[in-house]
Amino acid sequence: MLYIKCPHCGLRSQNEFAYGGDASVKRPELNKEISDQEWDEFVYLRKSPRGKHLELWHHVSGCRQWIKVLRDTSTHEIFNTYKSEEKVG
Amino acid sequence: MWPRSFWYRIYEPFIRKAAGFGVASKEHDKERYEHKYEYCDLLIAGSGPSGLASAYAAAKNGARVILAEDKPRFGGSLLTSDVSINNQSGKEWADNIITELKGMTNVTVKNRAQIFGYYDHNMLVMSERVTDHLPKSEEFTPKQRLWYIRAKQVVISSGSIERPIVFGNNDTPGVVLASAAKEYMKVYGVLVGKKPIVFTNNDSAYETAIEFKKNNINPIVLDSRQDSNSEIVKEAKSLGIDIKFSHVVVAAKGYKKVKSCDIAEISEDKQNLNQIKNIECDCICVSGFWTPTIHLASQSGGKTKFKEEIDAFVPDKSKQKEVTLGSANGVFTLEETLKTSFDKGFELSKEITNNNNSQQIPKVSEKKHSKHDKFWCVPLPKGKKYKRFLDFQNDVAVSDIELAIREGYRSIEHVKRYTTLGMATDQGKTSNLNGLQLVSNIENKVVPAVGHTTFRPPYTPISIGAIVGREIGKHSKPTRKSPMHNWHEKNNAVFVDAGVWLRPRYYKRGNEGLFEASKREAENVRKNVGVCDVTTLGKIDVKGPDAAEFLNRVYTNAWLKLPVGKARYGVMLREDGIVMDDGTTTRISENHYHMTTTTAQAANVLSHLEYYLQLVWPELDVNVVSITEQWAGAAIAGPKSRDLLQKLFPDTNVSNEGLPFMGFVEANLFGVNARIFRISFSGELAYEVNVESDNGNFMWEKIIEIGKDFDLQPYGTEALSTLRIEMGHVAGSELDGRTIPYDTGLDGLVSKKKDFIGKRSLLKKAYNEKDRQRLVGVVPLDKKTSIPEGSHLVKDPKGKLPNPKLGHISASCWSVEHNNPFSLAILKDGKNMIGSKLYAMSPLKNKTIAVEIVSSHYVDPKGERVRS
Repeated sequence: MLYIKCPHCGLRSQNEFAYGGDASVKRPELNKEISDQEWDEFVYLRKSPRGKHLELWHHVSGCRQWIKVLRDTSTHEIFNTYKSEEKVG
Repeated sequence: MWPRSFWYRIYEPFIRKAAGFGVASKEHDKERYEHKYEYCDLLIAGSGPSGLASAYAAAKNGARVILAEDKPRFGGSLLTSDVSINNQSGKEWADNIITELKGMTNVTVKNRAQIFGYYDHNMLVMSERVTDHLPKSEEFTPKQRLWYIRAKQVVISSGSIERPIVFGNNDTPGVVLASAAKEYMKVYGVLVGKKPIVFTNNDSAYETAIEFKKNNINPIVLDSRQDSNSEIVKEAKSLGIDIKFSHVVVAAKGYKKVKSCDIAEISEDKQNLNQIKNIECDCICVSGFWTPTIHLASQSGGKTKFKEEIDAFVPDKSKQKEVTLGSANGVFTLEETLKTSFDKGFELSKEITNNNNSQQIPKVSEKKHSKHDKFWCVPLPKGKKYKRFLDFQNDVAVSDIELAIREGYRSIEHVKRYTTLGMATDQGKTSNLNGLQLVSNIENKVVPAVGHTTFRPPYTPISIGAIVGREIGKHSKPTRKSPMHNWHEKNNAVFVDAGVWLRPRYYKRGNEGLFEASKREAENVRKNVGVCDVTTLGKIDVKGPDAAEFLNRVYTNAWLKLPVGKARYGVMLREDGIVMDDGTTTRISENHYHMTTTTAQAANVLSHLEYYLQLVWPELDVNVVSITEQWAGAAIAGPKSRDLLQKLFPDTNVSNEGLPFMGFVEANLFGVNARIFRISFSGELAYEVNVESDNGNFMWEKIIEIGKDFDLQPYGTEALSTLRIEMGHVAGSELDGRTIPYDTGLDGLVSKKKDFIGKRSLLKKAYNEKDRQRLVGVVPLDKKTSIPEGSHLVKDPKGKLPNPKLGHISASCWSVEHNNPFSLAILKDGKNMIGSKLYAMSPLKNKTIAVEIVSSHYVDPKGERVRS
């Protein structure tokens, strides 16, 4: 079980969190005309990389904040975690 | 075997039984199992010399240590080996260390505790057999306890297991490992035989021979090596033990137990046997050297490497924060084990505690061993076909592996699955390496090139009960009860699970069943007035200057102009256009809204709102928080509901003008603050009254008391469903994660002017097909037969399979308004199907029912009652 450092609460077990998928996905702006393809990519298409992956986790049984986690999908190593508004880099 | 038909009924059951395949019990396990979570600086798996030394060094340096020992006794090999540490015997030294560790507050010492799994981020799981060994467990004392341990560092000191040497009939009872025979004598005072043969390829089995001698038993030692002059062999010789070098056991003899064995001298290249001789014996103690127990190190994700000197795999570079010490790491001398373990324990604890208290490494005296012989399998003598077993638990013999190779299996993973080598519950602890040796010999490869199979948890079998722990029956999930629960219970409510909530399904009177009771309750709502506990509805407080804008983006309809004191029904979508949830939201004040969700979706909706507020539109100044448990709710519905409400709230104007449909007012319920929403799920004139949860019961009892004058009856979820179904009001069974607003008849609530979550998806071609599925009502032609939920709607009931499905029945009820069955369905081209005749088929219930498609609004289609 992963041990995730919530930037608000500290180290917590994975079972306090819910997985939220790829954190690099950006929702298209409201009221903006976009093509079917662009929309489909946003709604359905996700990469499934082996290695470093910036992903969202929701601390549902904790502070209820959505956080970003930079994790290696093959080794599960967690390099860093960020608050939702924090710049990753 | 003849006759063929006897195989499945007679032979196979007999063989399976003989092979020990039992039948799993279907009884409930009445024992108590518990879970425990623990954190520590150092977790040490195994209390042999390396475990004790590292635990002691770390504990003395201030680290929080957990020391786990699988067996009842601490000390591992020290319990039986002939060594001295600081002039004490190994056992005395181990006892003293354990006593000292047990007295330290920073140390937890557990015996009968097996660390069986190594998971991600240094999480290990330990199964402690708390009372398995006791005759009867005490009340509230668990039989077993499962520990989830998160450790900063892990020391794997799991030791090593002796390997058998493979020879003919080696599964005959009486063939044991030499170390086991020694442990029986030294720890339990049991002789495994009085005429023992010790068959070895190394020095360690000589300790067993000497122990026999000390017990006045004369063993014969067969050593496959040509000679050995190590200290221990010399000692054995000086004790007068009969040692035959270059000798092997060819085959054990005896039917139910070993009675004699064939032995022979073996050639230097180990290929040929000289003259075979039979000698009498009653046990054969075998030692084919030692296999490090590397399961945990491998489970942690680390690679392994083959160590030529010991013919076995040892852990390579650690992947997680873990180190393997002692014989688990292929180190077989006590002196080196203690030194590295003391050092490591100190070093690891220093990194964590920053203390600098190192311990003096004790003085060790042990006998030096000479090299073992790389010999593991006795060749078959000419003309003999003895079974030579590799895997004793799954009965895999040398010939089975040879067959697998002949059949073309090359990968060790395939050989394993074809033969089941190492697939028994022992996971090949004694058989894997010999199997690898065999495959590599046949294939002319070296063992590391063949590789080994994967080590997976659990190390030994674990009770299912321990894994489940206390989460059984009613404890498998939390049970949530409304503040009015006790009243429901006292008034004959029959409960139903609604998510994690317990809700009254109906209130039983006399001999009534579900059907009669729910019909009575629903009829009373249509005729008089009913009250229903709606506390379980999800409630979310939405606050902030941008709350209106936020709701406008979340819901499909317009929210910017909702006045204070008004409620509005809203539908929210997922980004893919599928309806996520519905409910009413009320503007309490300028920047404050009270949102309701369905009971089932409450948690998901909150997460959904938080996602958009925190990640997508952080610029919106809005806060959301769940208030489901803060407010108790009662729905009062029926033509007499206003009269009842007026009596409950004499100071408040609840007339149609004072509190119009979709109106909201804060009021005083006999001194208790209440919120009144004029909203309706039943299609009748209806209100929902909310009070703070602590006052829930007070509110409920007041409604019941005053309601008597109006023939009020409480109603449960079954009547609630009936009322909403005949109204054509959609709920979870229609909003099933597969429907868009059009499908459920909610397209009128989709704004064309503004953007919202999921809107872009509604442009999809499939969502705009002319014959798109849509909500309809369904009535059986005979007006008698209820249609099972889940039935498929088809044109031709006798059509060829697969019979094209046009739609499905989502919800069924007995319409109290029309006194006949009524169902809702999602039907292809439902819009144009009103009036057509179809068939509802339920193969599960074996029913085919002729039906007519009607409007989903079976009662009050114009919605006049709610506004009356």
